[in-house]
Amino acid sequence: MTELTIKERMAIQRTTMPEQDPVERAQNFKEVNQGLPLEWAIQEAKRCLGCKKRPCVDGCPVNVHIPEFLDKLAEGDVAGAATILRVDNALPATTGRVCPQEMQCEGKCVRGKKGQPVAIGWLERFVADWAAENMEPDKAPAEQTGFRVAVIGSGPGGLTAAGELARAGHGVHVFEALHDTGGVLRYGIPEFRLPKRIVDQEVENLRSLGVEIECDVIVGRTLTLSEIRDDFDAVFVANGAGLPMFLNVPGENLKGVYSANEYLTRTNLMGAWTGDVTGTPIFRGRRVVVFGGGNVAMDSVRTAKRLGAERAIIAYRRGKEEMPARVEEVHHAEEEGIEFHLLVAPLEILEDDKGWVRAVRLQKMELGEPDASGRRRPVAVPGSEFELECDAVVVALGTVANPLLTNAEPDLKLDKWGNIIADESQATSLDGVFAGGDIVRGGATVILAMGDGKCAAQSIDEYLKGKTPKAAA
Amino acid sequence: MFKVISNEEIAPQLHRMVIEAPRIAKARKPGQFAIVRLRPGAERIPLTIADDDPVAGTITLIIQAVGYSTQEIVATKAGEYIQNIAGPLGMPTEIENWGKVICVGGGAGAAVLYPLAKALAQAGNELITIIGGRSAEYVILFDELAAFSKEAIATTEDGSMGEKGFVTGPLKRILDESTTKPHAVYAVGPVPMMRAVSELTRPYGVKTIVSLNPIMIDGTGMCGGCRVTVGGEVKFACVDGPEFDGHQVDYDELFARQNAYQELDEHGCRLDSVKV
Ligand SMILES: Cc1cc2nc3c(=O)[nH]c(=O)nc-3n(C[C@H](O)[C@H](O)[C@H](O)COP(=O)(O)OP(=O)(O)OC[C@H]3O[C@@H](n4cnc5c(N)ncnc54)[C@H](O)[C@@H]3O)c2cc1C
Ligand SMILES: Cc1cc2nc3c(=O)[nH]c(=O)nc-3n(C[C@H](O)[C@H](O)[C@H](O)COP(=O)(O)OP(=O)(O)OC[C@H]3O[C@@H](n4cnc5c(N)ncnc54)[C@H](O)[C@@H]3O)c2cc1C
Ligand code: SF4
Ligand code: SF4
Ligand code: FES
Repeated sequence: MTELTIKERMAIQRTTMPEQDPVERAQNFKEVNQGLPLEWAIQEAKRCLGCKKRPCVDGCPVNVHIPEFLDKLAEGDVAGAATILRVDNALPATTGRVCPQEMQCEGKCVRGKKGQPVAIGWLERFVADWAAENMEPDKAPAEQTGFRVAVIGSGPGGLTAAGELARAGHGVHVFEALHDTGGVLRYGIPEFRLPKRIVDQEVENLRSLGVEIECDVIVGRTLTLSEIRDDFDAVFVANGAGLPMFLNVPGENLKGVYSANEYLTRTNLMGAWTGDVTGTPIFRGRRVVVFGGGNVAMDSVRTAKRLGAERAIIAYRRGKEEMPARVEEVHHAEEEGIEFHLLVAPLEILEDDKGWVRAVRLQKMELGEPDASGRRRPVAVPGSEFELECDAVVVALGTVANPLLTNAEPDLKLDKWGNIIADESQATSLDGVFAGGDIVRGGATVILAMGDGKCAAQSIDEYLKGKTPKAAA
Repeated sequence: MFKVISNEEIAPQLHRMVIEAPRIAKARKPGQFAIVRLRPGAERIPLTIADDDPVAGTITLIIQAVGYSTQEIVATKAGEYIQNIAGPLGMPTEIENWGKVICVGGGAGAAVLYPLAKALAQAGNELITIIGGRSAEYVILFDELAAFSKEAIATTEDGSMGEKGFVTGPLKRILDESTTKPHAVYAVGPVPMMRAVSELTRPYGVKTIVSLNPIMIDGTGMCGGCRVTVGGEVKFACVDGPEFDGHQVDYDELFARQNAYQELDEHGCRLDSVKV
C-alpha cells in the first residue's frame, strides 16, 4: 500500500454515521447509530495526519494511543488497532459511543481547526465492535497471586478495575447492590444509545477472566466495608453517585413527577418500555416536560418520546450553547422532534383535581454575568411567568453522593459534598481501600471512572507487593 | 438465587416464607426490610423481614398476596428459588426498654408490626397489642403477637372476632383509662388507619410511630420514588425510614402516590383522558 500524502488525507471528507430514520427510531428503543461499514471506517482512519504533537491524545482522559490505532485501522489491520486501543481503554465499545468526544479527543484534533475532526469516537466503536465479534477475549493468567480484591459497584469504574486486577492474577470479587451489573451503563443510559448487549459482553469477559460477581449486596447494609476489609487484601470502591437532586418547588411529589433516576431505571433496568404487564409499570405521559440540559435530561426526554409522548419537551435554565449534553445527543434529539424551551426556570408544578400533574409554571430567564463555572448565570425576567401544560415531569438535575456505604465508616475521609477523598493513586484514608469514579469526582463521565478504575488497579497491584495474602495467613 | 425453605399459608392469601439468605440473616435488625424480585422481568417488591435465624442462615417473610407480584411470590414452593433478595434495607427500629408501648396493626400491617413488637417485648417492654381486620380471617398473627403481649385485643368490622369496629376503639379506651402514659404507640397498616391512629393520639401527646410503605424501586436512596413528606420535609422512606413520626406525615400525599399505578391502564396511560 502506498502511503497517502497529507494533501490526499486532507481531501477526504469526514464519514457520516448510518442512522435509523428519525421518525421511525423515535418509536423504538433500537440503537440510533448503526455503525460504520469496514470500508468507511478505513477511509475515515486515513484522514488522520499522524501529528507529531498528538493533541488528540492529550484531549483523551486516558490518553488512548489515537494516531497509532488509527494507523493500523487505515492499513486494514483491525485486530492490530484493537490491541492498541485495549492498552489504554478497557471498554472501547462503550466510550466510542458515550464519550463527549467534541470536548475531548475530537475537540483537540487538528483537523477540526479547518473543517471536521477525525471521527475518533465512531472509529473506536467500530474497532471495538469488530474485536468483540472476531477476537477471543483474554484468559486469566495461569499464575495467580493468591490475593483477593473486592470491588464495590459494577459501573464502568468497577468493571475496569476488576478486569485489570484479574489480568494481573488477583482473585476479584465484585459486590453490586442492584440485581444486575453495569451501573449507569445499564440503568441510566438507554438502549438506543448504548445497547445492553455491550454491557453483557463486558461482564461475560470478566467472568471468563475468573471474576466473581455477586449482585444484591448493598455495602453498608448487607455487608460493611469493614467486614469486607477483614476478608479481602484490598478494596476498590466505585459505588457511583446516586441520590437524585430535586427542584424544591411546590408540587414536586404529585403523581406524574419522576426523578430521571427513577424514570430511566424503571425503563432501562426494569424493562418498563417492553410494556410487560407483569413487570414494572411506568406512566406514559402524553406531554412530558424534562428539566435539565445534560445527558441525563436528553436520555429522559428521548425515552419519553419513545414511550409514546406526543410532545416531549426539554426545559432548561440556560441557552443551548450552555447545555452540558453531548452535541450528538442534542442533535439526535432535535431530529426526533424533541422541543427545547430554553432560558426557563421552574416555579411550580400544578395539579389537576385527581392529584396528577396538569402543568408546570415557568419563568423566563436571561443570561447575565458568568458564574464560577464560567457559564453565564441565568437571571429571572420579572413578570414573565407562564404555564406550560403537561401530564408528566422528569427532573434531571444531577445527583449527589449516596451516604449508605460511607456512613458506616467514620474513618473514611469525605469532602464536604460527601464524596470520598482519594489521592492521585486513588488511595483513600483507609489502608488498602481505594476509590474512584463518581463517588470521588461527583457526577463525571464514563471514561474518567474507567481511568480511575485502571489507576486504582495499578495502585492495588503495587500495594500488594511484598504482602502475604490474607487467605494464606 | 435464594432457596425457599418453607412456605405455609397462615391465613387466606397470607403466607409465611422461610428463605435462605445468610448475609441478610446475619445483618438484619428489627424494622428493616428486603426487596424481592422473583424472576427476571419481575418487579422489585419491598417486604419486611419478619424474623431471622442467623445460624440456619434464613430469613422469614410474611406476605399478603394483594396483587400480581405478591401472588407470584407466594406461589413459590419450598425447594424452589427466588432470583433476587436485597437487604436489609431501611433504618432499624430504635429499641429500648421504655416500659409501656402499644402496638397497633391493621391488615397485612401486622406482618410489618410483628418483628418490631417482638423486639420491643424482648427488650423488656410491656406490650398492649391491638390487631384489626375486616373480619376474623383478616386478623393475622394474632396468636403470635399475643404470645409476647401483656394484653392482646382483636377488632373486626363485622364483629366476627374480638371487638366490633376499628382499632381506634380500644386504643382510645386504653389511652383514656391508663394511669401511666405509654411511651409510644406503634401503628402499621393501611394509610387511613395510620392516619386515624395518629389523629387519635395527637391530643394525648403520645409519641406515635408509623411504618410507611410507599412504592419503591431500588431501596437504596437512588430513585427518589419512595419520597414522602414528613414535617414539611421530603424524606426517602427506604433510607430515612420506613418508620416516621406519625403526627408529621402527609398521609394524603402518601395515599395518592401509593395508588398512582392503580389508576393507569395496561399501557401505562391514564384512565381518565388528559387534554393536552
Ligand atoms: C442517564 C445518564 C447518562 C449519562 N450519559 C453519559 C455519557 O453519555 N457519557 C459519559 O461519559 N457519561 C455519562 N453519564 C455519566 C456516567 O455514566 C458516570 O459518570 C459513570 O457511570 C460513573 O461510573 P462509576 O463506575 O463511578 O459509577 P456508576 O456507573 O454509578 O456505578 C456504580 C455502581 O455501584 C453500585 N452501588 C451503589 N452503591 C452501592 C453499595 N452500597 N454497594 C454495592 N454497590 C453499590 C450501583 O448500583 C452501580 O451499579 C451519564 C449518567 C447518567 C445517569
Ligand atoms: C418498607 C415496606 C415493607 C413492606 N412489608 C410488607 C410485608 O411484610 N408484608 C406484605 O404483605 N407487604 C409488605 N409491604 C407491601 C408490599 O410491598 C406491597 O403489597 C406490594 O408491593 C404489592 O405488590 P403487588 O404487585 O402484589 O400488588 P399491586 O398489584 O402492585 O398492588 C395491589 C394493591 O396494593 C397497593 N400497593 C402497591 N404497592 C404498595 C406498597 N408498596 N405498599 C402498600 N400497598 C401497595 C396498591 O395500591 C393496590 O391496592 C411493604 C411495603 C414497604 C414499602
Ligand atoms: S476514550 Fe473517549 S476521549 Fe478517549 S479516545 Fe476514546 S472516545 Fe476519545
Ligand atoms: S490530532 Fe487528529 S489528525 Fe492529528 S493525530 Fe490526532 S486524530 Fe490524527
Ligand atoms: S426506593 Fe428508590 S429512593 Fe427509595
